[in-house]
Formats: sequence, structure tokens, C-alpha cells
Amino acid sequence: MQIIISNSSKEPIYEQITNQIKSSILSGELQEGTSLPSMRQLAKDLQISVITTKRAYEELEKAGFIYSIVGKGSFVAEQNLEIIREKKQRVIEEQLNAVIINSREIGLPLDELQQLLEILYKE
Amino acid sequence: MENVVELINVSKKFKGFSIKNIDLHVKQGFVTGFIGANGAGKSTTIKMMMNLLRPDAGEVKLFGLDYQTNEKDIKERIGFVYDSNVFFEGLNLKDIKRIVAPAYRRWDDTLFHQYVEKFELPLNKSIKTFSKGMQMKASLAIALSHHAELIIMDEPTAGLDPIFRRELLGLLQELMLDGTRTIFFSTHITTDLDRIADYIAFIQRGELVFSKSIHDVTEDYALVKGRIDLLDRDTEKAFVHVHRAPTGFEALTDNTTEVKEIFGDTVVMERASLEDIMYYFKGGIHHV
Repeated sequence: MQIIISNSSKEPIYEQITNQIKSSILSGELQEGTSLPSMRQLAKDLQISVITTKRAYEELEKAGFIYSIVGKGSFVAEQNLEIIREKKQRVIEEQLNAVIINSREIGLPLDELQQLLEILYKE
Repeated sequence: MENVVELINVSKKFKGFSIKNIDLHVKQGFVTGFIGANGAGKSTTIKMMMNLLRPDAGEVKLFGLDYQTNEKDIKERIGFVYDSNVFFEGLNLKDIKRIVAPAYRRWDDTLFHQYVEKFELPLNKSIKTFSKGMQMKASLAIALSHHAELIIMDEPTAGLDPIFRRELLGLLQELMLDGTRTIFFSTHITTDLDRIADYIAFIQRGELVFSKSIHDVTEDYALVKGRIDLLDRDTEKAFVHVHRAPTGFEALTDNTTEVKEIFGDTVVMERASLEDIMYYFKGGIHHV
């Protein structure tokens, strides 16, 4: 698991961690049931305070991305509907991006693209 | 046991200086940084934690025990690391070990030798030939060799070069892998704390200004910059202290939500470092 912390980012460190772990889960890099490093180990590895990794794990747990078993550690959770939805949405975003790039290449303006999408969506 | 150290309403009066009604709790399993300017009362507070000084009023409890009846038990469980060498300078580490070890029931010789090796400390050279960093390591090796649950350090990084400071911080983080261990250390080098501290206690002129998690500190406090004409008697109340310049003002707030409500997007808000916080609180002296 790779996590890159920026000290100059406006985004708080715990959020940088949650976001990066989330995207690893959503991208499938971290599979269901994979054990995560203990929050103390992670704090040491990232050279940050324990309370920061603790908060990151708590937020991930609250959002249903991971679960913890006392004495055993934290694991990637079975993904719930909301996560899958988020995951799908990400894929859609990526696909739309590809569409936008293609459209720009041929100079297709936004309003025409929107019309096209509307027609196709209503079919 | 959630709090390893509890100071309850502790006061101590000296000529020209006093500690006033300090309530301080140190949480088990975390690193608490104790900050304050020189002469703010950091060392006095630590001495009271160590029972080297008795408070005039209030209670001091360690591991839920008081010193009156449990002094020996408490001391067994604390590792104290001073900023300077407290051992006889002419002695070598081997001699010091021979003197110190019998004082602790839980002294672990194997562990001691592991740390000596890890820290690359010579056993047969007298302490006076040690560099400041080596003295610090020696002191830490001894504290760790009797399985101290609470490590109290008074200015451990003062006078150390940046490379050794980082090494020490890395070492402290390694110690924190064991979730039962607690570290409490005073410092005025606040960048050390930005890295590893979980909780920050800030003392000024003998009074505790705050003691909270590093998250609460970063969420509550912020540096605010904006045009001078935004300030008036009401809006200024949102700030701990305001610094005015012909080009605009810069101020510290302890209530970021309020500042957002009052000023919205008309000001720039930035994260306040611990140093910023100390500086602006100090500035308050002349204006309160």
C-alpha cells in the first residue's frame, strides 16, 4: 500500500490518508479482507502522529471502507452499495472524460454534446 | 486507565513566579508535547510530575496513584530523560548501569545491551567524552531498560543537531508501536511536535492555555490575513491577537468557525503552526 503525504497541502493529513486508501479500495488495488497496517505502524512509517492515523482509520470505518477487530487489526470491508455506487460513478467520470477529449479533438461544442447525450439518454 | 498523569488544580508559588491552577491530563498510548516559552513553567510542572517538587495546592496522580503512598511504584514505571547529563561525568556506562540497575525491580539487562548496541554507545568510555546526542541516548537507554511505561523528557531535543533530532523522533515513534507506552516531552522546538505529537499542552506564564489534540489545535486555530478596514471593535473579538501593518493585518484566531461567519471570503485563512500560536499568545501580553 502506497501513501504519499504532502506537508504543504491544504488538505489535512488524515484526509490525505483516507482519500488515498479509499481510492486504493475503489480501484481494486486493496481487495476485500486485506489487512491494513496497524495505525501505530502506519504512523511510524509515515512519520506522523498516532492520533492522525487513528482518525483516518476511524473515518474509513465510519464510511464503511474498513472494519476493525480488537486485537487483530483493520481490514478492507466488503463493499456496500454506496461504495459500489461511488466506484461506478468514478468509472462514469472517466468515460465521460474520454468523451470530452474526443469531442474536443473534433471541435464538438458542449451544447451539441449535451444534446447528443440527452437524445441517447432518453432512448 | 486512560490518563497516565493527572494534575488536578495544581498550584506552586515561588518568589516572582507561580504555577496557577493547572489541570493537565496525559493520555495513555500517545505522545503529548508540552510547549511554552522559556520561563513559562514547563520544568516546574515536570518536576511536580516527578515529585521533585511538591505543589502548594492540588493533586498529582500518576497511573491513578499518588506519591504519598506509592512513590516507589510510580518511579519504577517512569523513565526520566533530562536535557543534560545527570550522571557522574567520570563514570562510564557500565558503571552507571551497575549503580542504577539494582534500583529497579524490572531492570532488563538484555534489553539494556540491545539499546546500547542500537544506539552505538561505548560501554567503557566515560560519559564526559560523550556528545550531547550520545548523552541523550544513554539516558534514554537506561530509561527504556527498566520497561518504563511513561517516558518524561525535559527538552530532549534542545542542543541537538537536526539530523539527530530526526533520529530521536523516529526512535520515539518506534516506541509508540507498543500501544501502552506514553511519552510526555517539553520542548520549545515546535517543529518536532508538528511531526509526532498527538496532544499539545501549552503553558504560558504559569497557566495552562490549552491542552488538546493536534487536530483540535489545527481546527480551532488559524492565521487570518486581511485588509485593515475590516477590523473594528466587534470583529476584533474573534482574535487572540492582531498584528497591524500599513499593508494589512495578520491575526490569530482560536475560533475559525466564527471568523468564517464574520469575514467569509474577504480574508485569507491559513493553518497556524504551533510557533505562530505561541508567538501570538505572547503578543497578547502587551495588549490585554
